[in-house]
Amino acid sequence: MLKTATGQPETAAGLSVSRADGFAEVVRRFRTGSEYVVIPILAITVASALFALFLLALGRSPVDFVQLVWKGGFGNAFSIQNTLQRSSPLILSALCVAIPARIGLIIIGGEGALVVGGFAAAVVSLPLVDHAPPLIGLALMFIAAAVAGALWIAIAGWLRYARGVNETISSLLLTYIGVAIMNFFVEGVLRDMTNPNKPSTRPLPHEYMIGKIPGTDVHWGLAVGILLAVALQILMSRTTFGFAARIVGGNYRAALAQGLPVGRIILVCSMIAGACAGIAGFFEVAAIQGSANASLVAGYGFTGILVAFLARFNPIVIVPVAVMFGGIDAAGGIIQRRMALPDATVLVLRGLIFVVLLISETLYGRFAIFKGPETRT
Amino acid sequence: MNENLVIVLIAMLGGAIRVSTPFMFVALGECLTEKSGRINLGLEGTLVLGAMVAYAISYQTGLPWAGVLAAGCAGAMLGAMHGAICGLPKVNDVAVGIAMMMFGTGVAFFFGKPYIQPSAPRLPSIPFGAFADNPNLRSALDVNPLFFVGIAVALMMAWAFANTRVGLIVRTVGDSAAAAKAMGFSVDFVRFASTTVGGFLAGIGGAFLSLSYPGSWNQGLSSGQGLMAVALVIFARWSPVRCVLAALLFGAAGAIGPSLQSIGVTQGYYFYNAAPYILTLAIMIATSSATRQAKDMPGEFAAAK
Repeated sequence: MLKTATGQPETAAGLSVSRADGFAEVVRRFRTGSEYVVIPILAITVASALFALFLLALGRSPVDFVQLVWKGGFGNAFSIQNTLQRSSPLILSALCVAIPARIGLIIIGGEGALVVGGFAAAVVSLPLVDHAPPLIGLALMFIAAAVAGALWIAIAGWLRYARGVNETISSLLLTYIGVAIMNFFVEGVLRDMTNPNKPSTRPLPHEYMIGKIPGTDVHWGLAVGILLAVALQILMSRTTFGFAARIVGGNYRAALAQGLPVGRIILVCSMIAGACAGIAGFFEVAAIQGSANASLVAGYGFTGILVAFLARFNPIVIVPVAVMFGGIDAAGGIIQRRMALPDATVLVLRGLIFVVLLISETLYGRFAIFKGPETRT
Repeated sequence: MNENLVIVLIAMLGGAIRVSTPFMFVALGECLTEKSGRINLGLEGTLVLGAMVAYAISYQTGLPWAGVLAAGCAGAMLGAMHGAICGLPKVNDVAVGIAMMMFGTGVAFFFGKPYIQPSAPRLPSIPFGAFADNPNLRSALDVNPLFFVGIAVALMMAWAFANTRVGLIVRTVGDSAAAAKAMGFSVDFVRFASTTVGGFLAGIGGAFLSLSYPGSWNQGLSSGQGLMAVALVIFARWSPVRCVLAALLFGAAGAIGPSLQSIGVTQGYYFYNAAPYILTLAIMIATSSATRQAKDMPGEFAAAK
């Protein structure tokens, strides 16, 4: 079992419960807990500084860059809504990384589950659009996407459990396979011949498109993403299933020795993860694209990996982190135009943050300030 | 039909030679890294960056071999980064690999943008098929020198692992870090060096992609070949020579799609494109086991799993 280097905040804070008075205990917990906030923020700061040097070396102004990210991502109502729209698939694909990470699996195939989910939704819609009312049709599409995504990641989880296949490699291979399957059908038998420019499935009729959250220009995927994040947080930290899952992640052998249904836990966690990414694919199809096509492969699954790591696999924390990256993503276009930088600029920033974040893992437990006063036992 | 079969088989032979070369270099690099007890999943990023750097340098200088060298150096830099970061305590090498994959491809796409259009001088091939009348056979036997370089590196690595002091040190570090430490070797330095040299080899694999076959630079150039090569090392059971054989097998699988296209079978083009990924997955399933560790697996690598 691959062990992530990241400890969980709850266990770290709860290791030695001192019998001292309540207030000191609160302070101690705050100090130890703040380590998990301060170090990631430090990592983002250092990565940003490195990125600023990178821009300076290219003769571009980092100040301009920050201003454009603000303007394009958070500056006005339009850009904020654009940001929120983009953070919805990021939340869902980050959940696809975070839930398996809790049981010690590093799954990076969210992109594939998103594509397969979106494709399944589009396929299910084909016979439905002429017969079923939109609400029922959309419900069936939603279920199809979630099931397809769940099965997709379940393959990686099950192979890990039953055959010892490295789930990181297999889940990424499954992504390439999923994209190839979608392309095979979208450019073949399922291609909508009325659209000569871009191979895609038959577009959904207008009444089948998911609407916006009232009063905004943001589709319902954001609400579903936040809801799922909250629900999964409760599942993983407040239920017996979540407790069992944490044991599997913390000590695999102990979980086996305890007689926990390890295989079932791995399978369920993988399926929850895949369903989240599949649902992201559903919203991409039913709220944005209107059909399954190559635009589903937009890299949300990969940015989601970074979001999950930054959030330390905590479902609730994923939401604000996803909004931050949604904003950077939304500002990509304006940065490209105004600063004459290639679209991959955001990818460089993403890679830098990821690398520095992982370097920062080594800092945990090194600063005395985060340790409470020595507890006597 | 029979004639078509011959054409397909010849195309697959040529494909096996051409397509296998980048697999071979990445797999040899990863083999070295894993022998020292560490896994570098970032070689996909190294491959893409190597391809971009090789193409850019070849275009700027007009010297394709300078491009190959530069690609190796770029790969070595990424490898050194991975090696140095993983030397820090509490840092997970799998996660660092994912980050390096993103970082490498990001940097490659960023600097590679201006080189998508222009055409750079490519590496010349050696026409071994000059004797043949059959034009298909002739083009199949146009072999790039890097193919032979790869085989030579594999043989050298196999010999070095078995017969030299350096090879013994790498194997010791990979099999038991504690034993290596007791013998006075710096585990972190050996792994750092192995990852760096591994990155150099993977970078050269990238140079082959952009300068020989397919022989151009674009963002979809690699699409997972670096990752497949990592999986291939497990299949080759950490032996450089078996890495070459496995790479040839993968090359032939990767050539199925284009070979069938050459005789006019275009149906299922995307399915045949998926064939190498499916083959990789199938091989991983067949060679892994939940209960016993793979044969010949470096001890430290097994402990980390």
